[in-house]
Amino acid sequence: MKIAVCIKRVPDTETRVRIAGDGVSLDETGVKFILNPYDEFAVEEALQRKERAGGGEVVVVALGPDAAQETIRSALAMGADRGVLLKADRIPADALAVAKALAAELKDGGYDLVLFGKMAVDDYHQAAGPMVAELLGLPCVTAISKLELEGGKGVAEREIEGGVEVVEFALPAVLTAEKGLNTPRYPALKGIMAAKKKPIETRPAALGTVRAQVAALALPPERKAGRIVGEGPDAVPELVRLLRAEAKVL
Amino acid sequence: MANVLAVTEQRGGALRKTSHEVVWAARQLADAMGGTVDALVLGQAGVDAAGAALGEVGADRVLVAEAAAFGNYAPDGYVATAAAVVKGGTYGAVLVAATATGKDLAPRIAAALDAPLATDVTGVAFAGGKLTATRPVYAGKVIEQVTLDAPLAVVSVRPNTYAVGKAAKAGALGKVAGVEAARVVVREIKAAEQGKLDVAEASVVVSGGRGLKGPEHFALIENLAKAFGAAAVGASRAVVDAGWRPHAEQVGQTGKTVSPQLYVAVGISGAIQHLAGMKTAKVIVAINKDKDAPIFQVADYGIVGDLFEIVPRLTEEIAKAKAG
Repeated sequence: MKIAVCIKRVPDTETRVRIAGDGVSLDETGVKFILNPYDEFAVEEALQRKERAGGGEVVVVALGPDAAQETIRSALAMGADRGVLLKADRIPADALAVAKALAAELKDGGYDLVLFGKMAVDDYHQAAGPMVAELLGLPCVTAISKLELEGGKGVAEREIEGGVEVVEFALPAVLTAEKGLNTPRYPALKGIMAAKKKPIETRPAALGTVRAQVAALALPPERKAGRIVGEGPDAVPELVRLLRAEAKVL
Repeated sequence: MANVLAVTEQRGGALRKTSHEVVWAARQLADAMGGTVDALVLGQAGVDAAGAALGEVGADRVLVAEAAAFGNYAPDGYVATAAAVVKGGTYGAVLVAATATGKDLAPRIAAALDAPLATDVTGVAFAGGKLTATRPVYAGKVIEQVTLDAPLAVVSVRPNTYAVGKAAKAGALGKVAGVEAARVVVREIKAAEQGKLDVAEASVVVSGGRGLKGPEHFALIENLAKAFGAAAVGASRAVVDAGWRPHAEQVGQTGKTVSPQLYVAVGISGAIQHLAGMKTAKVIVAINKDKDAPIFQVADYGIVGDLFEIVPRLTEEIAKAKAG
């Protein structure tokens, strides 16, 4: 089974964000970057599928700056076989431009499955996976929390408001992973050492025209500091009174 | 002059509330663009009845696409139908609600029509020939303004951000061809537990964190939620990662972003990624034993102390207040 996993380098979710001097980007000074958390589920799923199939290849594809090589190495340390870096000094705010570059890379790869994380925790687009599927004319199920594959066919489950959709499709297909699809493995020391020797190809990202541009970034208004109503259960009646009389939410 | 297409969403033949919001948002945008609003309703035969009232929230025309396969969400058919409608008209924007379905659908429509996309926006404006969308990024830690510079753009609108008003428009019903295309098929929808509210949709959310010490103590959270009435149970990342609660309940940057009227955080210290997911709640209450916990910096009201003593008392008092 040949599987591609599209991954992204993103700031750690514990980052306190600061806006850069240009007003349209993040100040990256001192920011720790990680493999996008949702992509970990996609990488894990690919590894498990390959293991179950008894062979194949897991290729991780990242679009981003040179530093995204480290992100690719994290996926290689988990067990992916090789990496491809589609180099772009800056990841554009245009999800379709990104999707086109990824689709161009994946088009002739002969992949049975193309996996993505549900979304990137930085730009929150939640778009690259289904866009790539549309560009390649492949079946696509997004934000899946359960997957069964058998004989070239698949059944996936995805959470919707008030229920779960059960979706059928045929391979090859594009799937995006919701948290909970599996439990991503921690790279073992052996994996980390092996990852250093695994190949990463680098080529420029074929982004095309970028038509979505960030015009401004701003921090949301801070909440006004509240107050401690009291200590222990004796403070409860006063809290309830405030919720009713002052906050008017009861 | 460019028109706006609002793609609506139905379940079981009834339009979802977000469909009215997306038509209303389309109305505001169309007025700015000097165009008209078409609402697209996709469903099985007879769904036109559901679309009949969309004139009241701003639709000039209601385009009904009926197909046997459109009972459930049919992504490929929906995309092909919407794309055919857009290609046959003069549209400047396609609007979709950023629901579970809309988040799946909007990127596909954008790719099919080669149009730039802005997802999960809280506002969209038209000036100088360009669309500018406002959207929270980094789970709301930053608010982004993004311009979409193309003759046609696709935008998904965050639920609960547009307060729907009245707009007496014709809402004239018309039929369009429902294109049947099916690379994927939604076989069934398994309904969630009866009466269980989604954290993203509930007006009151009661969340528990590691302070509860074990999954068995979440009964405290569930009982408090019950006392409030229409409340959903939420959870911090720590307890979801520990397997105490399902991911569907997680609030925060790798979970759901919620904006309820009231958010009650119990035994949650307030990691940055959690605060990002709930600090747009109207009122926040925090119960924590550590008076220096960051959660108290965003809470309107806090009680310091042992949650195992405070929560049962609070449950009792809320039940009393609700009954009285």
